[in-house]
Amino acid sequence: MPYIPHSEADRAAMLEVVGVRSFEELFTDVPAHARFPALNLPPPLSEMEVRREVESFAAVNLTADRPCFLGAGAYRHFVPAVVDALISRGEFFTAYTPYQPEISQGTLQAIFEYQSMICALTGMEVSNASHYDGATATAEAVIAAVNVHRMKRRKVLLSPWVHPEYRAVVRTYTQGMGLELVEDVPAGELTGLLDQNTACVVVQYPDFLGHIEDLTPLARAAHARGALLIVATNPIALGMLKPPGAMEADIVVGEGQGMGIGLNFGGPYLGFFATRMEYVRRMSGRLVGQTVDAEGKRGFVLTLSTREQHIRREKATSNICTNQGLLALAAAIYMAALGRCGLRRVAELCYHKAHYAAGRVAELPGYTVLRDRPFFNEFVVRCPRQVAELNTYLLKEHGIIGGYDLGCDYPHLEGHMLLCVTEMNTRAEIELLVAALADF
Amino acid sequence: MKLDPEARYTETHEWVRWDDNELVCGITDHAQESLSDIVYVELPEVGDEFNKGDVFGVVESVKAASDLYMPIGGRITAINEELEDAPELVNKDPYGSGWMIRFVPFDAAEFDGLMAPEAYEEFISEE
Repeated sequence: MPYIPHSEADRAAMLEVVGVRSFEELFTDVPAHARFPALNLPPPLSEMEVRREVESFAAVNLTADRPCFLGAGAYRHFVPAVVDALISRGEFFTAYTPYQPEISQGTLQAIFEYQSMICALTGMEVSNASHYDGATATAEAVIAAVNVHRMKRRKVLLSPWVHPEYRAVVRTYTQGMGLELVEDVPAGELTGLLDQNTACVVVQYPDFLGHIEDLTPLARAAHARGALLIVATNPIALGMLKPPGAMEADIVVGEGQGMGIGLNFGGPYLGFFATRMEYVRRMSGRLVGQTVDAEGKRGFVLTLSTREQHIRREKATSNICTNQGLLALAAAIYMAALGRCGLRRVAELCYHKAHYAAGRVAELPGYTVLRDRPFFNEFVVRCPRQVAELNTYLLKEHGIIGGYDLGCDYPHLEGHMLLCVTEMNTRAEIELLVAALADF
Repeated sequence: MKLDPEARYTETHEWVRWDDNELVCGITDHAQESLSDIVYVELPEVGDEFNKGDVFGVVESVKAASDLYMPIGGRITAINEELEDAPELVNKDPYGSGWMIRFVPFDAAEFDGLMAPEAYEEFISEE
């Protein structure tokens, strides 16, 4: 039963005030044929029938609970049961950032711990309370970097090996800001394009093709020109790799989905954003800080929020006043549950299994694994035929979800597949993939 | 409320006074008192140029964040870098160690168009 508080008399009074005779008259500006279209709906169903019907729709979905070698920004990692058990508690079960410290100490402390662990993982000094996803975090980082230079520098160098979707979101977010986004440049030549008008350089680590490189020379070259280095990274890889902070990155962002969050059909995901204290006031989003209450006891509050979000909204450099609270909590629980050693173990499993798989695929005639540079858990394979064709075959004949078709984003990589291996891929799955590829 | 007898004042509560051939500028005692504890001051870069009335920075307190306006046009020659670590100087000594910027005016005569201490005092009593 709908709850509509207005009586007929109330409605008549309101219609009189706006000067129309009937509710329908409010819609006279809508063309008559579109005004009250007849909806061709099936007859109503019982709850049981609705459930049956929706389940039949859901059954058509292809889930990742089968051998899966698709990554490219969304990764199938193991989610320990403790994550869902804790985030489902009533005290935590909200996606909203709590404003009132007097009733939200638990949530605020969880966010503070999330921020602290993100700092430890990335090698940075301060982290915000999270963003929507890796792509929006990257875009916020670009805007922050431009604001560090007070909009006096307008050039942004984006490595082509930053996730294509992240670059698309950067383009969307920065529309109308008058920035010059330079994307069409081989990664090795980024340094040559740095100039006095460059606000920042954005790279990915490991990059979209899975490659790992020492970013220190690029960071130094950027700093020599007064530009910032923004690194989009994979937090699982940081379980074993040198963190971007140790390579002198200025802003480190990334997709946190791999940390305790399922593939979720593409979202919701978790963006993280960390930087140096020097730039804390340019950082978008919420920030939880530790303080003491009137009795000197430790407590947690939202901090630095007066400036952009409550008072000077018209001057804000970012309109992000929220965070991905529940998923940041999931990531915090994941990081805390695994610990430093556990994260390292997950990273090493991904690394070693991927390298084993790459070695096996490289033995197959007709396939070439591009292994000239170090990689983490994704690698590029040149295939004998179209990747789409190969993927259809893998799925239909072997129930395997194949790799990412790089030709979709990089025309010169047509026929190249990006394969991803995580700790979830068993040796048997890898052998199944290798056998299936051999038979193609 | 304290006033600097040598300074001239704006309706947006900045003060400005001569020091050699440059002007020094900050916010008034009345302004710092209204804002309460100041936690951050964002200042321009040396060499930046502003016209009269342009926003040259931001002062942020526990209660509010307010823009800072150029009393008259000019080119920035120095900023008070101490405020980065000690923004509370604006509360403690608004006309002294809490100064914000030094600048060379485009037109020195504009200084005389600003409010004298008595006029400013009257202005805030009416505000």
